[in-house]
Amino acid sequence: MTGVGSTEPAGSGGADMRGAGAGNGLYEAIQAERAKYPEGSRSATLHALRLAQEEHGWLSPDALREVADALEVTPAYCKAVATFYDMYHLAPVGTHLVEVCTNLSCALAGAQRVVDAFASELGVAPGETTGDGEVTFRTVECLGGCGYATVVAVDHRYRQFVGPDDVPAIVEELRAGS
Amino acid sequence: MPVREVLLKGTDDRDLTKLAQYQAIGGYAGVPKARAMTSDDLIAELQAANLRGRGGAGFPMGRKASLIDRSSPKPKYLVVNADESEPGAFKDRQVMALAPHRLIEGCLIAAHAIECRDVYIFIRGEYLTEYEILQAAVDEARAANLFGDVDITVHRGAGAYICGEETALLDALEGKRGQPRPRPPFPPVQGLYDAPTQINNVCTIATVPTIMELGAAEFAKIGVESSPGTAIFSISGNIARPGNYELELGTPMRELIYDLAGGVADGRELKCVIPGGSSVPALSPDEIDVPLDYDSLGKIGTFFGAASLIIVDDRCCIVQLALRSTKFYMHESCGKCTPCREGTRWMVQLLEKIEAGEAELSDLDLLDNVGSRILGRSLCALGDFAVYPVHSYLTKWRSEFVAHVEQGCCPYGGESSLEGIVSPLDAHRHHPGLEILA
Ligand SMILES: Cc1cc2nc3c(=O)[nH]c(=O)nc-3n(C[C@H](O)[C@H](O)[C@H](O)COP(=O)(O)O)c2cc1C
Ligand code: SF4
Ligand code: FES
Repeated sequence: MTGVGSTEPAGSGGADMRGAGAGNGLYEAIQAERAKYPEGSRSATLHALRLAQEEHGWLSPDALREVADALEVTPAYCKAVATFYDMYHLAPVGTHLVEVCTNLSCALAGAQRVVDAFASELGVAPGETTGDGEVTFRTVECLGGCGYATVVAVDHRYRQFVGPDDVPAIVEELRAGS
Repeated sequence: MPVREVLLKGTDDRDLTKLAQYQAIGGYAGVPKARAMTSDDLIAELQAANLRGRGGAGFPMGRKASLIDRSSPKPKYLVVNADESEPGAFKDRQVMALAPHRLIEGCLIAAHAIECRDVYIFIRGEYLTEYEILQAAVDEARAANLFGDVDITVHRGAGAYICGEETALLDALEGKRGQPRPRPPFPPVQGLYDAPTQINNVCTIATVPTIMELGAAEFAKIGVESSPGTAIFSISGNIARPGNYELELGTPMRELIYDLAGGVADGRELKCVIPGGSSVPALSPDEIDVPLDYDSLGKIGTFFGAASLIIVDDRCCIVQLALRSTKFYMHESCGKCTPCREGTRWMVQLLEKIEAGEAELSDLDLLDNVGSRILGRSLCALGDFAVYPVHSYLTKWRSEFVAHVEQGCCPYGGESSLEGIVSPLDAHRHHPGLEILA
């Protein structure tokens, strides 16, 4: 098994998401995903892109070529798929990812104050990465935690009931953990 | 009070993520029971239970199963929709986190009904913790030889609301861009890998073990006749006790909002309720004496949708609410058909103009007019989802739109609860055409 998930205990925030192993490991991991689906299907594409992103940090042209080779499709096909989904990064991102939900329920509960707190604590606007390359900060659509607003995904782990006062500690934790 | 646990039964006292714990309360007993029946009999039982789909449209689950062409030489597939991305909805997530084996048991039973060997659970990519719990439960059940000749694969999405639409989900599951397919053919005839496919929501499938346990006739007595069973209602926004409440269908909405969830937070006044997730027409405070079931909500012009109530208090500017909602649907439009791709963008532009106090009264009619040209003309229901709520805001809270025009500014003077809310719209595009907006 190769998923992001198996490496990190629930609730831990800081771990680096790159971990699928080097070069050949990615190829093997993708073959294992392909084996779960009928022969000839491209169903492993989303997994393959995720694995490559974990290894490379983002879906660079090289990463897309590796995925294409492993899936026996063209790099253009991989890019066409990758550009459709929000969770793939087609440009470099920080070591850590902070995503604040600003959809209706979180917004009604004051998500904008949380956004502002991260912006001032990190010194970057939503959509940007800190100068040291450590943290990419962005707003996202509903994360499916609306009753526990504001929801913030820190390296894909949900923090719930986040208020502006909680933000400095989260940023501190990320900086300490990296 | 019609609180009744079916989907979440046992989760308060036990860790039902563990197979042994789930079996200790009778879990998986439905599987041999189902397998002792012929597929025809099992489908008849499911039809008699009249379980309506919990993913939005409310189509009876058993009838869907009866549409599967079991004589086809192709494999038959069962696909569970765990994409849950509708703003306001967080119920499927709780079922997967607290009672994953109930979902798995439901899969095994439903698979037997349609003579299927390969089940896929499509879970939204953001649900990482829930994926881990579900995958561990699948592995545990498989290791305990509960699967027989069936296998279950958990397939993670990668972030796109549209993948909750069932045909877009199938494309994502086939490793493509998740864009809806034209219909017909419908999935029961030609679905995953062009084979007959049954697609159901997490809560629909997780209810199936209870039908096996009680029998269809007993199950059909829960809730109301037209919509038997329970639903987990997600309630969020400006509410005192937000969260999930599992209730019999037909429970009065007022009871959920005021008795169970404690009413509007901070002693504020109720302004509106969006009852089925952000995609359905909103209700004004004088419309909340309605039973929470498909037909009753339909009768007052809205939808059961994702059983997710968003509570909005009087501090919220309705134009800002409409704008934030429409930005979501614009962001999530897959771009495949023109009315939705272009129309949602025009709606955002018009709403921005109204909010800025730069619109004329004729722009309000134009906004409605744009909506009427999206409605029913789009390839999938996402286009409709963008329009339904906005049309309700424009109709029921029209005076607020007019005030923006007449005062030449937002009448909330910067004090609306949604003031300045940023959306991800500018950070990521699903299709290059949207660059024009910037
Ligand atoms: C834009 C759009 C998004 C949808 N999102 C979901 C979703 O997240 N989960 C879901 O179960 N159904 C969703 N649906 C409904 C599905 O297309 C489908 O009707 C449902 O999964 C069928 O399951 P059911 O019969 O058990 O309700 C969505 C529909 C549309 C048009
Ligand atoms: S209605 Fe919108 S989301 Fe649906 S197919 Fe058309 S463009 Fe795509
Ligand atoms: S609105 Fe923020 S998690 Fe749903």
